[in-house]
Amino acid sequence: MDLRSDLARVRGLGSAKDGVRHWWVQRLTAVALVPLGIWFVTQAINLAGVSHAAFKVWLATGANFLLMALLVTTMFYHLQLGLQVVIEDYIHAERAKTVLLVLNIFACIFLAAFSLVALVKVAFGG
Amino acid sequence: MVELSLPRNSKVKQGKTHKAPAGAKNIRKYQVYRWSPDDGQNPSIDTYEVDMDTCGPMVLDGLIKIKNDMDPTLTFRRSCREGVCGSCAMNIDGTNTLACTKDMGDIKGDVKVYPLPHMDVVKDLVPDLSKAYAQYASVEPWLKTDTPAPDKERLQSPEERAKLDGLWECILCFCCTTSCPSYWWNSDRYLGPAVLLQAYRWIADSRDEKTGDRLDNLEDPFRLYRCHTIMNCTNTCPKSLNPAKAIAETKKLMLERR
Ligand code: SF4
Ligand code: SF4
Ligand code: FES
Repeated sequence: MDLRSDLARVRGLGSAKDGVRHWWVQRLTAVALVPLGIWFVTQAINLAGVSHAAFKVWLATGANFLLMALLVTTMFYHLQLGLQVVIEDYIHAERAKTVLLVLNIFACIFLAAFSLVALVKVAFGG
Repeated sequence: MVELSLPRNSKVKQGKTHKAPAGAKNIRKYQVYRWSPDDGQNPSIDTYEVDMDTCGPMVLDGLIKIKNDMDPTLTFRRSCREGVCGSCAMNIDGTNTLACTKDMGDIKGDVKVYPLPHMDVVKDLVPDLSKAYAQYASVEPWLKTDTPAPDKERLQSPEERAKLDGLWECILCFCCTTSCPSYWWNSDRYLGPAVLLQAYRWIADSRDEKTGDRLDNLEDPFRLYRCHTIMNCTNTCPKSLNPAKAIAETKKLMLERR
């Protein structure tokens, strides 16, 4: 039974003195994804139908490789931050929430690393 | 917590119909949410046929007429009947607003009246606001200073005073807070737009000396940052205030002081 006063419940464990960073980085990554996304879509349209060999040449170019690497890391960083908010919004069971938050971080880091390895393999692999 | 369907004892049933007195020619139908903690029944929607020839123009006038002439058991809050006390906030025609300033003429079809959404109901149209009031108390909404009080008033320039416009007018009706999906899901930790607007009212006050402490108290992933700029609050405020903007200003200050 919870016989605490309303004020005690509202004050709870106090302020976490945190949240600005998450909020700010979520916005930074969103802004960064706009030019990166436009660049990616225009490139994808241009590259539609080209041979694997031609694509390798395209990807191995310094600027293209760099932008692709930035795109995948920014995207999965933004995804992690966004999914974290969704989990915090809707999952209230403390244990399930913690498990999902950890899984979210692991999954996004895994996907980002996986994408980077794939980029290296396609661009510079045999 | 997110709930996608109502629990069985909350399902709303069709209630009684109260007919207009014989001879009434100008009838407006009210459909009003009813629930009493005393009879163990599910909530219901009662229908009242209000004789408009003997009734004032606002939704609250109709409710008062129902209570006086048709059904004294109908329970709701009201006091000033002119939009300054915030007591008569309810969900009318699908929108949270004040019954006393809502013109029946602006409503098409039947007048549908429910309590403010997603709050515990005390009875009929009266929501339980104890937690919301405790949240208001938690932001310590009074002037705080360390400098000893001057002999006369604490001075404020016209520009400094202007910063409080759009904030001091808030009547704490909680129309905004109870329209906010983030508050529906997370009211245990999220303060909601009304309280955040009030918090900003003291942050923006040039006479206050505890601005930093106030920001510390709000800097929290739940207390402040559950606001996802959905804007329901600003759309529904019956005083045409902009709580979403007050929240955005608070977030700006959080960034500025880093
Ligand atoms: S901001 Fe508007 S809707 Fe919200 S409590 Fe104040 S007056 Fe009511
Ligand atoms: S802007 Fe923020 S406070 Fe207003 S309704 Fe949206 S989430 Fe709630
Ligand atoms: S009765 Fe006071 S605001 Fe409606």
